[in-house]
Amino acid sequence: MENLIGLIFTVGLIVVAYFVGKTIENRHFEALKAREREFLDLPSLTTQHSYDEEGIQDCRLVYGNVVISGDYFKMVLAALLKFFGGRIVGYESLIDRARREAILRMQAEARQFGADAVINTRFEMSKLDAMTQNQGTGMFEILVYGTAIKVNHG
Amino acid sequence: MITTSIESVPGRKIVEQYGIVQGSTVRAKNVGVDCVAGCQNTFGGELKGYSQLLEESRAEALDRMIQQAEQKGANAVINVRFGTSTITQGASEILAYGTAVLVQ
Repeated sequence: MENLIGLIFTVGLIVVAYFVGKTIENRHFEALKAREREFLDLPSLTTQHSYDEEGIQDCRLVYGNVVISGDYFKMVLAALLKFFGGRIVGYESLIDRARREAILRMQAEARQFGADAVINTRFEMSKLDAMTQNQGTGMFEILVYGTAIKVNHG
Repeated sequence: MITTSIESVPGRKIVEQYGIVQGSTVRAKNVGVDCVAGCQNTFGGELKGYSQLLEESRAEALDRMIQQAEQKGANAVINVRFGTSTITQGASEILAYGTAVLVQ
């Protein structure tokens, strides 16, 4: 009987986590699209020499970070999929939106500085699971950093 | 103090190099933040408490790096890089390092 209650609780948690996780994710993707449109005039480039050095007035280091974790549904799904190999779609979308969010935060900092572009943008990612007792769902930090530059117009 | 992630300070000439400067900080999670994160872990998504914690740590590490550069007499740190590593369970180190230089 106790086992049955435990099983129902676990399955319930997975189902709830799926629907809540899905809703949060969809809402986040919508918000990301809207905010990315706002930053079209402030591109972040991975190159270092796209702008003429003479034309650059001012520069500063900018960065943005996000700590994100998977949900129970994704964890169970990943455990199942690992058996067969191949793509683990749940984690792909999770990392994708975390990275885009981090870029947006960096761009927001660059805008505050009054920048025209961010050059030499780099990604960094570290697993934080060992930071908690909680080994379950996978927790990681994504860091994006680059050099915000002000370009001399005219 | 100018900090950049590129190998120069655009538009300015490097007149002297002072070598590597670094700043780091080791931070532990706090119980309150960890409880909230534990709940959010169920549904996934961003863990705002941790994002903030790590951002503050990184600002601190950068500050220490800049202090070291100032001691050497530099006015800019170029090619800044970041690193994160887990020291023990419950604590992680945030590192910032770069090259201290004097620019005109």
